[in-house]
Amino acid sequence: MAKVRGVIIVDTEKCKGCEVCVGNCPTEVIGMSDNVNGKGYHYAYMAQADACTGCSNCAIVCPDGVITVYRKKITVEV
Amino acid sequence: MGELKLMKGNEAIAEAAIRAGVDAYFGYPITPQTEIIEYLMAEKPHERTGMVVLQAESEIAAINMVYGAAGVGKKAMTSSSSPGISLKMEGISYMAGAELPAVIVNVARGGPGLGTIQPSQADYFQATKGGGHGDYRMVVLAPASVQEMSDFVSLAFDLAFKYSNPVMILSDGVIGQMMEKVELKDAVPRWTDEEIKKISPWATIGKPKTREHNIITSLDLDSSRQEKHNEKLLAKYNEMRAKEVRFEKIECDDDIDYLFVAYGSSARIAQKSIQLLREKGIKVGLFRLITLFPFPYEEIEKMSSKVKGILAVELSAGQMVEDVLLAVKGKVHVEHYGRMGGMIHSPLQVANALEKKLIGG
Amino acid sequence: MRDEIYNEIVQPENLVYKKTELMTDKVLSYCPGCGHGTAHRIIMEVIEELDIQESTIAVAPVGCSVLAYEFMNVDIQQAAHGRAPAVATGIKRCWPDKIVFTYQGDGDLAAIGTAETIHAINRGENIVIIFINNGIYGMTGGQMAPTTLAGMKSSTSPYGRDVAMMGNPIKMTELISHLDGAYFVTRQAVHTPAHVRKTKKAVKMAFQNQMDKKGGVSFIEIVSNCNSGWKMSPVHANEWMVDNMFPFYPLGDIKVDGEMVKK
Repeated sequence: MAKVRGVIIVDTEKCKGCEVCVGNCPTEVIGMSDNVNGKGYHYAYMAQADACTGCSNCAIVCPDGVITVYRKKITVEV
Repeated sequence: MGELKLMKGNEAIAEAAIRAGVDAYFGYPITPQTEIIEYLMAEKPHERTGMVVLQAESEIAAINMVYGAAGVGKKAMTSSSSPGISLKMEGISYMAGAELPAVIVNVARGGPGLGTIQPSQADYFQATKGGGHGDYRMVVLAPASVQEMSDFVSLAFDLAFKYSNPVMILSDGVIGQMMEKVELKDAVPRWTDEEIKKISPWATIGKPKTREHNIITSLDLDSSRQEKHNEKLLAKYNEMRAKEVRFEKIECDDDIDYLFVAYGSSARIAQKSIQLLREKGIKVGLFRLITLFPFPYEEIEKMSSKVKGILAVELSAGQMVEDVLLAVKGKVHVEHYGRMGGMIHSPLQVANALEKKLIGG
Repeated sequence: MRDEIYNEIVQPENLVYKKTELMTDKVLSYCPGCGHGTAHRIIMEVIEELDIQESTIAVAPVGCSVLAYEFMNVDIQQAAHGRAPAVATGIKRCWPDKIVFTYQGDGDLAAIGTAETIHAINRGENIVIIFINNGIYGMTGGQMAPTTLAGMKSSTSPYGRDVAMMGNPIKMTELISHLDGAYFVTRQAVHTPAHVRKTKKAVKMAFQNQMDKKGGVSFIEIVSNCNSGWKMSPVHANEWMVDNMFPFYPLGDIKVDGEMVKK
């Protein structure tokens, strides 16, 4: 069946680990990495990638605009 | 001969601004220069040339409106008198730091503080040594006649755009209020949009795709860059020092024994004092400063070797005299004379002062 | 996520959101989670969508967003503290067809710049004023602002804002809405996607008003967090903002098309 699936790409070097995106994701996709970037911030990443619908909530609320969003209706095995 | 008119000094500045193609005037009432904005409002220059005239809510707002207009490549000016000029100091420093061209007119009155509405020349330090914060200078023109009030407006804008720096016209209440015959210049049209883009490619008039965005700022938190910026500004001011000194020598041709150094209304008064002294057989000349910055250090040093004494005449406690002292490097006797607080010295008082202070009579 | 699915989704034709090109590539100097970044981006998206980059001139304040000129990819002037509305007036009077907006913080707009704010609006300058209100002076290290709440701690009100000494926080937006020269006045926020979308609508209306020469200032206050000044995490600061700032600074339209909105 067809489902809308999304992918977010985080510019991990520019992410400041503010976590505002985490709570604004409707399907709890985002987690904060145990790794840190060059500035020492734990950056955001897709912890539950399969739950992402590409709604862009995270991207539009991100103060640093580090998130790019892709979305496509794809066929998923039932 | 151009159009002749009998005008007040302040009115002459206003009329000259319209004819010089000035794009905008922002000002605030303060005696003794309010005629400038009153004349402009009455003349409706928006109908004559499209010039914007706006009474701002304060002198601070006015100088910041000038900053905005200058940043978009327009010929913008403001005027005020001493206490109002104090309010503009931050804005002037910002414009010097951001390298913006503009003209500021000070029709000086007695101070300090609210002082008096009568004339004075006690803003010399403020005009020439900074006034605002930081290392900056501006060319300061000192008109001594209503004709110069008129002529100096376009000269000031030429210098402002030549150096991308604010320029001050430092007048005083005598010159601002007196009436004299003026020969008015032919009107010059305001710059077109295309001319502005050419003359001021740095102006923030909207970023086309063909260039990076323009930024007007005086801030740089990187000190090594800010130091380089200051060096660039210093180079500009040194170029002004080399090229823009203006003065007039009056009755200095024969072997004068004494010299007046003066500007503005004091220069006019000193001319009569020369006559009074020469009637007594004392040979005196006048070195009239036209630019206060840059100061004619070299010229005055040259003059100092020919005379026995120099009297700096200025309506103040002695400000310009310090530059005379710097110029002569101790070679000759230098004194100051001047009334303060709005009192104006008479030619006889000035002549007596020279006799008393330089000759010892 | 399996690689094939990932690669199927991440294709140029499937791009639904990317930071606008009208923000420069520079890393924002703002603290993690600060509303400034979101506000900047919303404004730049609107300018891009209205296709007015070539005629837009911005005026940056003194405050954290003094460096807005590094991030906003439009021609921009940095103004002395509080004076942005006067600078904007100078620009707009000389180039009436350009689109001019100021971007100011609470100290800039409501303390030192109060006169310039009120008089530019009173004159009905056809400009947009964006007012970021986080109830504190961030850039200088977290001092009390005119909009700091009663009892709120800051470095110059370490025991909480004392109303008896300093007066109440000032509701600048309500104050200026009563001026005839204020055409559109609204208060918004940017801490959730829903609020971001509402704010963007308001910003678009503001710029459209200017383009349509509706006459009068479009004034948008954005209540924002300042997690550094408030000494909280960004997420907690947003929660605190909802619980404390919003009751005093309620969101919503105050004046639309020159008419006060009836409550």
